[in-house]
Amino acid sequence: MNIKFRQETFRGDFTFANSPDTIRRFPFPFNEDSYMYSVNMEPHVKGAPGTAFDSLIDVDEHYISEMHDRALVLKEDPLRCQALPHMMTSQWDTLELLMEQQAAGYPEHFSLARDGDNWRWINKPIGIDQKFVFGDASTLPQEPFEYITRQAQGDFCIVDQRNNNLWMDAGMVTTQADWSLDFDIGMNFMEWHGPVPLAHQLGVFERALKFLLNLQQGKPVRRLNWTMTINPRLDTSPENYHKWGPDRATVTPENVGSKVHLRCELQSLWRLPRSNAILFVIRCYLIKMEELVTVPKWGRRFHRVLRDLPPELVDYKGLTRYRPTTVEWLSIYDDGKPTSSGIFPD
Amino acid sequence: MLVVGIKSRPVYSGLAIDTHAPRHLFALEGEGAMALADQVAAVGRDFLATSEILYVARGAENHAAALAELKPFDLWTAPTIPILLYRLKATLISAKMGARFYVSGTEGFIGQAMQVAIENGIDFNSIRTEHRGSMARRVQCVHCKGVTDNVTTQPCTCSHCGLTLLVRDHYSRRIAAFQGVCIDAEEPGTAPAPEVLFP
Repeated sequence: MNIKFRQETFRGDFTFANSPDTIRRFPFPFNEDSYMYSVNMEPHVKGAPGTAFDSLIDVDEHYISEMHDRALVLKEDPLRCQALPHMMTSQWDTLELLMEQQAAGYPEHFSLARDGDNWRWINKPIGIDQKFVFGDASTLPQEPFEYITRQAQGDFCIVDQRNNNLWMDAGMVTTQADWSLDFDIGMNFMEWHGPVPLAHQLGVFERALKFLLNLQQGKPVRRLNWTMTINPRLDTSPENYHKWGPDRATVTPENVGSKVHLRCELQSLWRLPRSNAILFVIRCYLIKMEELVTVPKWGRRFHRVLRDLPPELVDYKGLTRYRPTTVEWLSIYDDGKPTSSGIFPD
Repeated sequence: MLVVGIKSRPVYSGLAIDTHAPRHLFALEGEGAMALADQVAAVGRDFLATSEILYVARGAENHAAALAELKPFDLWTAPTIPILLYRLKATLISAKMGARFYVSGTEGFIGQAMQVAIENGIDFNSIRTEHRGSMARRVQCVHCKGVTDNVTTQPCTCSHCGLTLLVRDHYSRRIAAFQGVCIDAEEPGTAPAPEVLFP
């Protein structure tokens, strides 16, 4: 399938929008009418065509514009991409995985040819034809992790496994929900999740860590996470919080539909073959409220989820200022009818 | 405002002399000297003969003389923290297998001494630490990345970029600092007046 890539922005004039088909494939993160943290992991296997699970590394109409936005972030702040020195093997693991997956999922856009260690990577949407030697970083314009994650949607963290823990030792983080790679790099699983409320007490992180330490190669897993963002801004980093924070005070009943976005993270976790590290993909999807409610089930359900959200989560996710206005706006789309189970449109 | 119980916040569980260690290396700041004195009272003087102490005075009282009276194998006093850290690095480079490293003083000092130790190949879990003295914090501004030492108030002002920062409990060992995040980002000019929270 040929993807028609959109030219759009995630800053300034914010021209980002989803086409009707892309709205239908949005990975809506709520499988019921309420939300609380859980270890909601499932095997990351291919789903039905027309969903975000169509390919295991998803490429969509926003690809080119997202990669352009990433380049802008890195130009301003190179520390958004870092890898500790012992992570080079896992950098190559990541490059291989992302090239293989993108080429397998979208052969009309990407191709990978291998002759021993001599590889040739073609990325048609961005216009790259790169010959390089796998394992020899001097044959690429950047280190392998930065090179490939400048060409793949979503944030990427590589976590090293040692001492019965996972360590955040590399990352490309430019589309994050308010956490700092530069601050968190080198932390273990419990430490980098430190600021998350409630979930520690629920035992969520202990169970998740135990599960992930046993993650097997060739059996990736996924979960959905979510927050909300004002304006379709990918770079909601703490580094720039003083620049985007004021947006949260600009929501009015008139602009909820176009300004308020549900932000879903499709997180997938992959055991890497050479390094035994885990690649943690945090793929961000944005959808405007006016787009969301074109799927009646999602409009009803999101109204109920947001209305009944525990106060700790409202605070942690930074929704305090605009939640009441948004709930009020959504209530028009909730006729009180029951919703079907699962995340997909009816 | 300050969310407590964040898991990245360090826990300092006390110096607890490792009596099996062949060598003991102490980095002590200010009132941290008294943590060592308390250990002498608790476990006796035997370990002092194989102990090297690096000390920097801080606050009203200088404990260098009291430490000298303990007659350790070596006592070296530094005029400032950076000088102590420089010497610490040299000491760690020549340290032998089995040496035990202890740090006591304010959080900012403990963090910086651990940072030097980690950079020189010591597992942070093996370092014994005890917090003594001021509650003042080292804070990194997440916006400009500048570190401000001896922060006693909530909120505080970044000494580099001037933003008013909420001091969080989220802590980075690598940076040896707590995270500071602009407190009035959403409505500039609405920052509350600073209160002394870390005296």
